[in-house]
Amino acid sequence: MSGERVLMCGNEALAEAAIRTGCDAYFGYPITPQNEIAAYMAKRMPEEGRVFVQSESELAAISMVFGASAMGKRAMTTSSSPGISLMQEGISYLAGTELPAVVVNVMRGGPGLGNIAPAQSDYFQATRGGGHGDYRTIVLGPSTVQELVDYMTLAFDLADQYQMTVLVLADGILGQMMEPIVFEKRPGRELPPKDWALTGANGREQRIVRSLWLAEGKLEEQNRKLQAKYEQIRRSEVICEEYKLEGAEVVIVAYGIAARIARSAANRARDEGMPVGLIRPVTLWPFPTEQISRAADEFRLFLAVEMSAGQMVEDVRLAVAGKAPVLLHGRPGGGVPSVDEILDTIKELSVSGKR
Amino acid sequence: MQTVFKRTPTLKDCPTHYCPGCGHGIAHRLVAEAIDELGIRQRTIGIAPVGCAVLLYDYIDVDCIEVAHGRAPAVATGMKRTCPDKIIFSYQGDGDLASIGAAEILHAGHRGERLTVIFINNAVYGMTGGQMAPTTMLNQVTATSPKGRTAAEQGYPLQVSEIMALLPGVIYVERTALDGATGVRKTKKAIKHAFELQIEGAPGLALVEVLSPCPTYWRMSPAKAMEWIKTDMAKVFPLGRLKG
Repeated sequence: MSGERVLMCGNEALAEAAIRTGCDAYFGYPITPQNEIAAYMAKRMPEEGRVFVQSESELAAISMVFGASAMGKRAMTTSSSPGISLMQEGISYLAGTELPAVVVNVMRGGPGLGNIAPAQSDYFQATRGGGHGDYRTIVLGPSTVQELVDYMTLAFDLADQYQMTVLVLADGILGQMMEPIVFEKRPGRELPPKDWALTGANGREQRIVRSLWLAEGKLEEQNRKLQAKYEQIRRSEVICEEYKLEGAEVVIVAYGIAARIARSAANRARDEGMPVGLIRPVTLWPFPTEQISRAADEFRLFLAVEMSAGQMVEDVRLAVAGKAPVLLHGRPGGGVPSVDEILDTIKELSVSGKR
Repeated sequence: MQTVFKRTPTLKDCPTHYCPGCGHGIAHRLVAEAIDELGIRQRTIGIAPVGCAVLLYDYIDVDCIEVAHGRAPAVATGMKRTCPDKIIFSYQGDGDLASIGAAEILHAGHRGERLTVIFINNAVYGMTGGQMAPTTMLNQVTATSPKGRTAAEQGYPLQVSEIMALLPGVIYVERTALDGATGVRKTKKAIKHAFELQIEGAPGLALVEVLSPCPTYWRMSPAKAMEWIKTDMAKVFPLGRLKG
C-alpha cells in the first residue's frame, strides 16, 4: 500500500508507520483508547520477523523498551494517560542513561482513572519531563492521522539522533478516527552510529549503560551534558505552523486535535469578518517560544484552546511575556470544544476588546 | 611453585565496596568463573540491580546495564527477545527480586523467557541500612522490624524459588548457600548450569537462589553469619534442586 491512499484509524496507522520506519520491537499493555495499536503490532510484527511482547504492566513495558534500546534496537511502546504515568520511572531512566525510545500517549481524561474520552491534560507531564530528575523528552503533537504517520519516522530519527525519548502526544479522537492516508517513503535523517550499544565485549572494552553517578560532581557534570543537548534541540528542532495570521486581531494557539477545531473556528471567524489566525505548535517541547514571542510584538490578543483546564496556556504566557493578554478556552475531563463555542469566546473577546 | 588458584579474567582485579564477610564477592567470582569456563564473555550481558550489587559492572568485566529497582527481568526480556544470540543474566537481591520486582520475575518466568537469574537472598535490605525484606526470617530484628518479624504483623518469609518452580515457563530452580566451601562449590555448579541452559537455548527461565551472609545487618561476625545460614535460614529456605 505504499504510495496509495488507504483508509485507517489513527492507532493502526501509527503502528504501520512505526513498522515501516524500522521499529524492531514493540512492548505494550492494554489500555483504552489505544488498544488497536497492540492488536495491530501483535499481528504485523511477527510477520516482519520482529518482536512483539504483551507486558505484565506499563512498568514492565517501558523496561522492555529500555532493554531493547540498550541493545541498539529501535523500540517503542504506546499507552494512554494512566499507563503513561506508570511509565515515568522508565522514561526517567531512559533520560539518565541517554537511550533512545519512542512512546505514544493516546491521551484520555484524568486525573485518576478519569474516563476514556479524548483529552489533552497530560501536557504538563509530557513537556516537563514527567518523572524524577532534570530532563526533557521531545514531544510531538500531531493533529491528523496523516501527521501521526509522518511523525513516526521523525520520532524514531530524533530519538536516535539525540539518544532520548520522543513522546508522540495524540488523543482519543486521533487514535480512533479514520482518515485517508498515504505511506510515503521519505528519506530519514543521517544518524550517528550506536557505539554505546550493548553487543557483548568482543574485541573491545566493556560497555556500561548506567544512570548512577556517585563520585562528587559527576552527576552535575552529567546533567550539564544533558542540558547542553536540550539547548541544541531548542535551537534546531522547533516545528510550528502559522495559519492566516495576516491582520489577525485574535491569535488562537492550539495543538493536536484542538488545533483542527480551532482552524475551523478561525476560518468561520474570517468568513464573518473577524480577523482570526492560528499558531499551531507541532513540537510541544521544544515549544515555539520565539515564534509566539514575535507574534506578541505584532498581535494584540492570544487565545489558547486546549482540552484541559489550562496547561499549554502557561507556555503561551511565558512566550508572550506580558506583551499581550493571553486567554484560555479550556475543556477538561474529556470535553471537546466545538467551533461554535470557540467562535462565541472570540466574539466576546472582540466586543470587550473594542470597549 | 604450582598455582592452585587464580583470579578468573572476567573478575576485575580491584577491591570491592562490600562489607567484610559479605557474600556478594564470592557470588561475583562464581558468576565470572562460570562465564570464563563456558567461554561466553564476548556475548554475555549482565544486569545490575538496585541494591548492594548495583556496582556489579565495576567487578564483572562484561557489557552491563544498570536498571530500575526490580525491573531486571523485564529489561532482560527486551534484551533477549531482540538479541536471542546473546547470553543475558540478571543478578538481583531479595528486595529487588522478591519485593518491588515480584511481578517482573513472576511474569518473566511465566512467559518462559530464556534468561539466567542469580537471586541473592540475604534476608535483609543491605544498601539502605538493614530494613526488613520479604525474605526476612521470623523473629529477625531489622531497622523496620525492631521487635523482630512476626507472622501476624509482617507475614512469613517469602519462598520465591518454590513459587517460581510451579511455573511451566521456569525450567530450572536450585537453592544453594554460601555457608562454607561445600556450599560455594554447589553454588558454582548451579550458576554454571543456569548459564548452560541458556547457551543450549533451553525453553525457559533458569533461577539460582543463593542464601548469602550479611554480617553487617544480621549483627553477627562473618563466621557466625555463615553458621546462621545453616542453622536457621536453610530451615525456612531448604537447599537443593527444586526443578530441572
